[in-house]
Amino acid sequence: MSEFTEAFGTAARLIAAGDPELVGIVLLSLRVSLSAVLLAAVLGLPLGALLALARFPGRTGIVVLLNAFMGFPPVIAGLVFYLLLSRAGPLGSWGLLFTPGAMIVAQCALVTPIIAALTRQLIEDLWLEYREQLKSLGASRLRAAFTLLWDARLSLGTAVLAGFGRASAEVGAIIIVGGNISGVTRTMTTAIALETSKGDLSLALGLGFVLLTLTLVVNGATQLASETLRRRAG
Amino acid sequence: MHGTSSILPLRLEALSFVAGGQRLIDGITAALEAGPRTLILGPNGAGKSLLLRLCHGLIAPSEGRVLWGGRSLGEAWVRRRQAMVFQHPIVLRRSVRANVAYGLALVGVSRLERRKQAEEALAEVGLSTLADRPARALSGGERQRLALARAWALHPEVMLLDEPTASLDPAATRAVEKVIAAFDMAGTKIIMTTHDLGQARRLADDVLFLHKGRLLEHTPAQQFFTRAATAEARAYVAGELLW
Repeated sequence: MSEFTEAFGTAARLIAAGDPELVGIVLLSLRVSLSAVLLAAVLGLPLGALLALARFPGRTGIVVLLNAFMGFPPVIAGLVFYLLLSRAGPLGSWGLLFTPGAMIVAQCALVTPIIAALTRQLIEDLWLEYREQLKSLGASRLRAAFTLLWDARLSLGTAVLAGFGRASAEVGAIIIVGGNISGVTRTMTTAIALETSKGDLSLALGLGFVLLTLTLVVNGATQLASETLRRRAG
Repeated sequence: MHGTSSILPLRLEALSFVAGGQRLIDGITAALEAGPRTLILGPNGAGKSLLLRLCHGLIAPSEGRVLWGGRSLGEAWVRRRQAMVFQHPIVLRRSVRANVAYGLALVGVSRLERRKQAEEALAEVGLSTLADRPARALSGGERQRLALARAWALHPEVMLLDEPTASLDPAATRAVEKVIAAFDMAGTKIIMTTHDLGQARRLADDVLFLHKGRLLEHTPAQQFFTRAATAEARAYVAGELLW
């Protein structure tokens, strides 16, 4: 127990002093996760909406697959992207392996199904309610998909947050494709894994605090933004 | 290019709609001419709303056909010349004005024109002062008038209204009826369903009486309310419960 309190003390000092290594790790983590989520939202929101409205043979299979991919094991995603991005792999020419870019791509692949699957469900429910009205006004399905996305924007914030939760907490994929290189691809989660195995619990705990605090801040800010929007847009 | 051609009369030819083995609309043949306000009456489950949806093209008939001015609903301009207002209109999560502008955008009106035409339509239904409000914050009656403005902005030749006042209080109902009367005065053909006999007496020129999916009467309102031909219609007018 004393080890635990000691670690807390060191963690607090590191945070208070604005330790440059810690700050660098935090900033890189944010950059990777936020980029991945942004990219995943750009892909996943329209994909989910189109899948909600489209009717084609094999659609049910795709929906099931998408839902299943929400729980895709990060280490497997890491392994797959490691093989794809390695010098001999099909995407080797991108030269992304062991860079933040590789981490963004791998996390984007993990987050896109989460955002797309939740969007698909939300938009499909909303479409039931809106279908007659939008058809009556003469909206094409494509147009309707984007109208529904805009009308569901407040609820979709939660889908994007779920994606952010996945990205910011994930370690399996980025440790494989990023390599946990100090100052280059070391993020909060990979550093925590490393420092814990090395026995440096204070840095691990300090990073743990920051990670939890940032998660709270991001969720709080989103909640606040959504409430403000709800008041403004009804 | 179809600016001058009319989609009236509306002809229903042996129209049927079958779902789950039940004939919900059963062999309806009728012709609705330009001019008189047509009210579709009948007890719950008679098929009033279904008939409007068939006319509007929201659902396809199982048998028979709907002809607007001799044309089928397959032609886009035929669909555009008629607008529909629902019992529970969906308003989009944006401002009142933007809701009207949305309908205009769908028919290709330019951004600049949209704002102007939306303002005009809102003035027509008395919602000008609420143009910047979020549409979701409107009361039921205001919401319905917004739906009327959204339909009106499209300058339809025919307005289909499905129980537009069914869930409104008397004051809101009066406001909506006033708007409908104004549309009629402007030359828009009104085709409307209601289960409110008082409202039917106030608004109808022409009555279609449906019972169990069949068209039992198509008569001028005066005649329908005083000496209906069928026992069912007489019972309905007398306020008896029909099954």
